[in-house]
Amino acid sequence: MSNWIKGGGPSNDIILSSRVRLARNLANTPFPSMLNKENGAIVIEKIYNEETKNDIFNNYTFYDMQDTGFVDRYVLVERHLISPNLANQGSIGAALVSDNEEVSIMLNEEDHIRIQSVLPGLRLKEAWSTASIIDDQIESKVDYAFDERLGYLTSCPTNVGTGLRASIMIHLPGLNISSNINKILNAVTQVGLTIRGIYGEGTEFIGNIFQISNQITLGRSEEETIDNLTGITEQIIDKEKEARKMLLQNNKTLLEDKVWRAWGIMTNARCINGQESMKLLSEIRLGVDMGILNNIPTSILNEIMVDTNNASLQKRTTVELNTQNRDIIRAEEIRKLLLQQ
Amino acid sequence: MQCEECGKKPATVHITKIEQGKKTDMHLCEQCAMQKNPIPLSTNFSVQDLVAGLLNSGSVGPFKVDIVQEPKCSICGLSYNKFKTSGKFGCSNCYKIFGDRLNPLFKKLHGNITHTGKLPNKAASKIKLVREIDKLKQDLKTAVNNEEYEKAAELRDRIKELNYTEKGDVQ
Repeated sequence: MSNWIKGGGPSNDIILSSRVRLARNLANTPFPSMLNKENGAIVIEKIYNEETKNDIFNNYTFYDMQDTGFVDRYVLVERHLISPNLANQGSIGAALVSDNEEVSIMLNEEDHIRIQSVLPGLRLKEAWSTASIIDDQIESKVDYAFDERLGYLTSCPTNVGTGLRASIMIHLPGLNISSNINKILNAVTQVGLTIRGIYGEGTEFIGNIFQISNQITLGRSEEETIDNLTGITEQIIDKEKEARKMLLQNNKTLLEDKVWRAWGIMTNARCINGQESMKLLSEIRLGVDMGILNNIPTSILNEIMVDTNNASLQKRTTVELNTQNRDIIRAEEIRKLLLQQ
Repeated sequence: MQCEECGKKPATVHITKIEQGKKTDMHLCEQCAMQKNPIPLSTNFSVQDLVAGLLNSGSVGPFKVDIVQEPKCSICGLSYNKFKTSGKFGCSNCYKIFGDRLNPLFKKLHGNITHTGKLPNKAASKIKLVREIDKLKQDLKTAVNNEEYEKAAELRDRIKELNYTEKGDVQ
């Protein structure tokens, strides 16, 4: 199981995970969008070869996208190890995933190398230092495209400089129920941060979970970027806590009703779609965090969030699932996970 | 007609939704409509579209691109015009070829045109030195402004020392 799914870490009642991504490219080599299959393979060989297999990647699993089936690719997406972009684009891409799933490296996605480190709770600094260490190890074997003035050169001008995208996955049901979410989201975008859905760029907001990340990569150091995001996240955490407190003070019964209804449906439903389960899961998570529901570990909730997605459900069975079958299996899996204690 | 949501303002937005064969009508004022159906922040809008938009907004680039003299990357073959529509570079050399005409774009995206973060170990330690000197100079300014003369003197000596090392490196 991924470490972040196990839960824990500072502020883990609101912050699901902290993620740092570094974009790097090889010097004197066209970016992946300009590479054919043959040259794409050369790029991968430069990074993942007999030497690096032992020196750097001995605790990693290698996935060549062209040899990885569609379902398996999407399981990696649902576990937040690779981007939908890499899974879809296919032929020249590859991924390296560390055994504890804390680090994953995408090869030939938008950039030649994208190093990602994920940790549970609010631990951006640690995630940055983990990613930075792997970065140094890879750099010792290859030459990076780097410019004295512009920093790390990337395929998209939005990443040039540090190539760093730091982001946190945050659960904000209190602010949403109390209709304050838009205010916060607007404020966040005004201080140079962006908000995305849980699978990254272009994905939708489901289950009150948001991904907040930095936008600026040029002219700000990694430490400044991370301090800035951490500081703003701490403020949002305070607002969320305040909203939760207000809900408990003013609408206690309604809140409890919401939580228990969600529990009722999730532990009894025989057929449930992904969207409904994500919505109810958010309410259960809120109930757990506020002490309305007891003895449910966060890891179970994270497991439901990740493992009851379409591809992960499909992975469990050899029969090709249609929408209805899938919803039946999803309901079964959720009941099993929630009632197992 | 009054807004169904707040009941205060006149309804100016009329929404008809058909979901799973069921039709629902909503009559809302502009404000409530925005709250009910906020404009999606990231869907249907790729970063590349936005970058391309910025490049084509007219104010980017100190001069109009002349088709005849259009710069083209010698390594990957990407032309500046193509970059303007795709918003993506073809290789790291493109940055060099398109040169200073990219600065307004960086300024718009990042508010800056100079990297201040991590340096690869292989990049000369000289960059680190120059950067440290720059930072000390900033600190010196602050110290003088705050009338912390003792600290300022220390910083001045340190800058001198580093300047010496830097020149030594060059020789």
